[in-house]
Parts: sequence; C-alpha cells; structure tokens
Amino acid sequence: MSPALQGLITILIGVGGCLGYFYLSNQLIDKVIFPAKGPKAGQNINRANMVRPWLFLFPAIFALGLYLAYPVVETLRLSLTDRDQGGAFVGFANYQQMFTETKFWEAMRNNMLWLVVVPAASTAFGLLAAQLTDRIKWGAVAKSIIFMPMAISFVGASVIFRLIYVARPADQAQIGVLNAVWLQFEGGAGSFLVLKLLPAIMVLGFAGIVAYVGYILLKPFLGKGSSHSTFGTVMRLGGAAGAAYLVVTSLWQIVQLFGAQLPYGEPQQWLTIPFYNNFFLMVVLIWIQTGFAMVILSAALRGIPEETVEAAIVDGANPFEVFFQIKVPQIMGTIVVVWTTITLVVLKIFDIVFAMTNGQWETQVLANYMFDKLFRSNDWGVGSASAIIIMLLVSPILVWNVYNARKEMR
Amino acid sequence: MDNIAGTKSSLTWAVHLATLALVLLWIFPTVGLFVSSFRTVDQINSSGWWASLSAAEQNEVLRAADPGENRVPDGDMFVVSGNLFPDGSEKTISVWGTSSRDIDAYVAGETADLGDGETMTVNADGAYEWRGTDDQISGRGQRIFVTAEAPPEFTMDNYEQVLLSGDRTDSMTKAFFNTLTVTIPATIIPIVVAAFAAYALAWMDFPGRALLIAMVVGLLVVPLQLALIPLLRLHLGIGIGKGYLGVWLAHTGFGLPLAIYLLRNYMVGLPRDIIENARVDGATEFQIFTRIILPLSFPALASFAIFQFLWTWNDLLVAKVFLIDATGETTVMTNQIVELLGTRGGNWEILATAAFVSIAVPLVVFFAMQKYLVRGMLAGSVK
Repeated sequence: MSPALQGLITILIGVGGCLGYFYLSNQLIDKVIFPAKGPKAGQNINRANMVRPWLFLFPAIFALGLYLAYPVVETLRLSLTDRDQGGAFVGFANYQQMFTETKFWEAMRNNMLWLVVVPAASTAFGLLAAQLTDRIKWGAVAKSIIFMPMAISFVGASVIFRLIYVARPADQAQIGVLNAVWLQFEGGAGSFLVLKLLPAIMVLGFAGIVAYVGYILLKPFLGKGSSHSTFGTVMRLGGAAGAAYLVVTSLWQIVQLFGAQLPYGEPQQWLTIPFYNNFFLMVVLIWIQTGFAMVILSAALRGIPEETVEAAIVDGANPFEVFFQIKVPQIMGTIVVVWTTITLVVLKIFDIVFAMTNGQWETQVLANYMFDKLFRSNDWGVGSASAIIIMLLVSPILVWNVYNARKEMR
Repeated sequence: MDNIAGTKSSLTWAVHLATLALVLLWIFPTVGLFVSSFRTVDQINSSGWWASLSAAEQNEVLRAADPGENRVPDGDMFVVSGNLFPDGSEKTISVWGTSSRDIDAYVAGETADLGDGETMTVNADGAYEWRGTDDQISGRGQRIFVTAEAPPEFTMDNYEQVLLSGDRTDSMTKAFFNTLTVTIPATIIPIVVAAFAAYALAWMDFPGRALLIAMVVGLLVVPLQLALIPLLRLHLGIGIGKGYLGVWLAHTGFGLPLAIYLLRNYMVGLPRDIIENARVDGATEFQIFTRIILPLSFPALASFAIFQFLWTWNDLLVAKVFLIDATGETTVMTNQIVELLGTRGGNWEILATAAFVSIAVPLVVFFAMQKYLVRGMLAGSVK
C-alpha cells in the first residue's frame, strides 16, 4: 500500500475515530446509561454531566500519559538498569560511568555555554529589532524578514551556515563568506579595530549586563533587615555566583584577545577550531530565535502605556533613557518569558550540532551525546542517564511555569 | 511617540540604517543558499555566490573556426569569420590577445597585425575576422585569449537533478512525499484530540481540573529526548515497529501539550453568554462544541496547525528514531540532507538545491499564514 494512501486512511481513521468516539460515547451516556427521562431523570442528568468531561478528556489524557508521563518514569528506571545484564538494577552505576567520560563533561560545558550565550544574544537582538522596527514605516517588512528563519529547519539552517563557513585552500577563490571577509584583514589598523577592539567592546558590554543582573540579584541582601525564603536566597546567590564567574571569564577572554596572534591571510576551517567553533554553531540558533524574541517583545513594547513614555520625555529623558529606564523595566516579565522559552529550545538542541559537526572538535552537547549513546553505542543505561540530566536541567523552568500558571488561574 | 514635544528625533536616520543593516544581515544567509542553488558546479567553485549577482570578468582561451572548412577566398586572400561565443551568449569582450604571454594586447574592435599581412579583428560581441594568405589561414584555427564580462547566468539544472533525475543519493522527490506523508496526519490528529480536551478544561466543571491544567503546563516543557527509548521499546513491543504509524503517534503525543494549552487559553476567552444561552436552549455539550466553540476557535486552531506543521516538517530527531529503518525507504528530507552533507559534502550545487527544496514549503506557509503564527506565539508563551 502506498504511504500516501496509508496516510489518508490514517487521517480518516484518526479523525473519524475521534469524532465517532466523542459522538457515540456522548450518545451512549445520554441515551443508554443515564437517560434524561423516567423517574430518575434529574439524577441521571447530573451523573451524565459528571462523567462527560472525562469522555472529552480521555483520548488526550491517554496520549499524554503514554507519550510523555510514562516515558519520564520509564527513562528514570532504565537509567538505573543495565541492558547487558538483562535489565538488572545497577543503582547509579550508569551515572558513575557517565561522570567519568570526558565527552560528557565536554557536553555539559558546551550546553552551559549555549545556555548563557544563545538566550542572551537572541533576546538582545530581538529587543533591538523590536525597538527599531516599531518606529519606522517599513517595519512590518523588516519584521517579516527577521522572523523568517523561524520557518527554516535546523538542518536547513545548518546547510545555510556551512556554506558561510566553508573554507578552500589559500590559492583558490573562497566561496564561504566568512573566509572571504577574513582574508580582507591583513593585521593593520583596520584589523585591530574590527577584530580586537570591536569584539572586546562587545564582550565588555556583555560582562556589564551580566554584572548588572548579578547586582539586581544581590540587591535584596545589601539592604538590611529584610527576610527571604530559603529557596529564593539559594537561587539568588547561585545566580550571582554564576554572574561573577561569567564576568571574570569575559574579562580574561578580553585580555587573551589582545595578546593573541591572529593567523591573518590563511583561510580558516571555522568549525574545527576548538572552543570557538561552539560560537559558530550558536550563531545558527541565534539567527533562528531572534525573530521569535522580536515578535513577542514587540507586542510587549506596544502594550506599554504611552503616558509613561510621554511623562519621561516631558521630564527631559533622551531616547536611550526612555528605552532602558522606562520601557525595558515595564516589559521585564516578557523578557523573562522569552528568555526561558529560548532556554528550553537550547537545552534540547540536537539537529544543529548533529548536522554541522556531529559533536566532533569539542562541540558535543547533551542531546547529541545522548543520541550517540542510544543509537551508536547502544548503551541505553548511560543514554537514559543523560536524558535524565536534560530533564533535571529543565525542571526548574517546569516548576516555575506550573507555579505561574496556577497563580494566574486563582 | 518620541517627537511629541514638537522636535523630530534626530535618530530617525540612524534607526533606518540600523534596521536596514539588521535586515540585510538576517536575509543574507538565505539569499546565499537561494542564489547558489541556481549556479553550475563551475560557477560555484570559481567564485563566491555574491559575485554571481554582478557581471563577472573571466579569462577564456578560444579558437577561431577551423580554416580547412570555413575559410572563404577574398581576392588573393582568405578570410575566416564568425563569432567566438555560441549563439545567445551575452558576454562582452574588453581586451584580447593572440599570445598567452600577452593576453590583453588589444582592445575590442582593434585589428591586430599578426605579421606578413595576416590580420585579426575581434569585436566586443565576439565577432571576429581572420584574414591572411593561403599559407597563413591553414592548419588549426588561431588561438585567441579574451577577457570578457559575463552577465549573471543562472541554471535550473540543479533542480532537475534533485527533483526529476531519480538519482538514488541526490533525489529529494521521494523524501519530499515522505515528509508530506508524515506531516499531514501528524498535524490534523492532535488538533482533533486536543480540541475536545481543551473544551473540557475551559468550559466544563469537574474536580481535578486545575490539577490537569497544571499538568499540561508541566508536560509542555518535558524534553522529548526522554521519550525516545521507552516509546521505541513500546512500539517495537506492540508490533508497530518503525514506520509511519509510529511517527504519527509520537508527533501527536509530543504536540498535544502545546495544542491543549493554546486552545484552552483561547476558548476560555470566548464570551460566556453564548455558551450559557446555548445550554439554556437545550444544546448538548457535543453540539455546543461542534457548532459554537470550534468555528469560533478557528484562529487558535490555525495557529496551532502552523506550529505543528512547521515542527513536524522540520523535525529530524523523531523521524530518525521512530520512522527511518535500515532500508531508508521512508527517509524524510531533513534526514536526506544530513546524509547528503556526508556523501556530497563539497557539492554545494546539490546541497543548496536540496536544502532549498526542503525549506521552500515552510517558507510559503510562513509568509501566507504569518498572522496566525504570531498570534499563536503570543498566546503560547507562558505568561
């Protein structure tokens, strides 16, 4: 049977089955089990109305339970067993084995890098694009174009960016944009300006933002006599420590950058330069996610009450002050939402690494590490263990989302 | 907003320029792929795609026609004339020469003296006239070195190779239809299932509703990586194996939380009066749902449909795990491209074309339904 026909039949069975199920089960309840007539009509109507929600919910609950809830438990179980010993319980042996592998720690380090850089860069670019496009006539067109990569698959985007990074021997014409641009630099004043001063300023700006976030996190402790929940304190201190680490690392990178001898005039295999190749992969995701951030943030920017902006201008604020001191604080909630949404995408990132480097040259990430373990080395124990690590990384966001959703419903 | 005080913002130009720079930066990569897919192998290997948009200067070695067949007597001399370029060529010669050591000796239209009265004239459009004695106009045709400007030139050959050739490694046709086969049921089925559940969660009162909604929000972020092994084992265990049915079910399961969340948020916002009135008028819940809620929820249904369509079309991981078996008969486009990256890593004409074929459909859907996509995004990001 041709797959297309099979697909059509599945649609018919699936959709028809669903509709039929809902219709018939409702009929069954109303007409046969709890008929709304006879001596117990009132009671029956009430009973039918108690059962009915579960009829509507049953297929969804079944599918969610089987395809999302059950796997969480089952993966946890698998991560504690060994396939080679016939599924015997081995405790944390899989985790222990995983923690001794350098590839795992490489994946962890890279995932953390992704986690910091991609949401930050996407949100920053998205905010910039939202602010810029909201003020001009052709903003809608500009938005469409920046938003467009959202429709492109990670694999398609990987091909697009591999074409940008491609390197040819020095005596041939470069067909990758990045190398073509790179060969324009010869180490003169222009090179210093573009390749050292500009990145240094950008990294410095990043460090400044991180330092500011750390300051905000620590602010409640600097004042005296305020009480905090233990959980909040731990989160804030942890965040501040992370921020301090990032600031120090960024400053160290700047120092190194000025000391580095850049190999001018030689075409570079960008994806094989350890550590920095991670950033070339991240660019792909930033390129895709910026549109998402822009769309959400632009809607938030439009929702800002105009009076606040007008009052600031009347008081003599310049456009930058209006943006950073009036607008940004008011959309802080939305920025956090965008940030966490992109963080979720980053934690699960697989396709880009798989298609561009497949984890070679120190670009491994957790999801690809897991895929390797599962389907190349057939090690289900360690594979499941790494999946559980991903789940653990996601769970703070999960808790936070559920907490917010419940607060909103009350 | 910024000029309410009566002063026009001096930053307007900066804003326009900055936006333009950002837009160009963002569209540049895609344009590169698009342009490359219309270039021949030689073009791709000899210059970057950005060079193909302007006229390219190239050096060529050409030959005048063979004197033995083409020379015509003119008085006591013989003449060979014709055009260096094939018919329809739009190249323009700027300089030319007859020796490899001096390829820019003459400008177009000039007559070169080749010694002993033998002359050669080459015009800008490639027309030449080679004149000389019986002896001189013999043997092989005179070699001519030209420096010509070629206008941008594009070809559809790559698309023919990728779409029509049926070549086992290059052909995307089968993968295209496989992707379509995966995508359509995987988009429609979760909508139906989720719509009923969302209605129950939005408009029916029952104990445990709040808990269920919280669970859906929680499942929204569960990474599907966790589901791979248990579900693959399950599918193999109950006999579904690797195939379309498995991938449809998997996509349905993974898409449900977002579908329920989006649809419920939208349905909750529908006016209560309509539903209450219908209940008073004696409509059953099933009738309310199909006659009132579904038609009113069209925007939310459309936004989820686009999400799910893009997600299933662009997916690689789920297809790799649940669909593609050892025979590779059911490969999807994303997987096909990853394989091409391995086997045809340097053949950018094939890669670019294959990638563009795979992103063309999502792009069309994106531009046609952008409104709904944006709406869904605004509703879907957990507030």
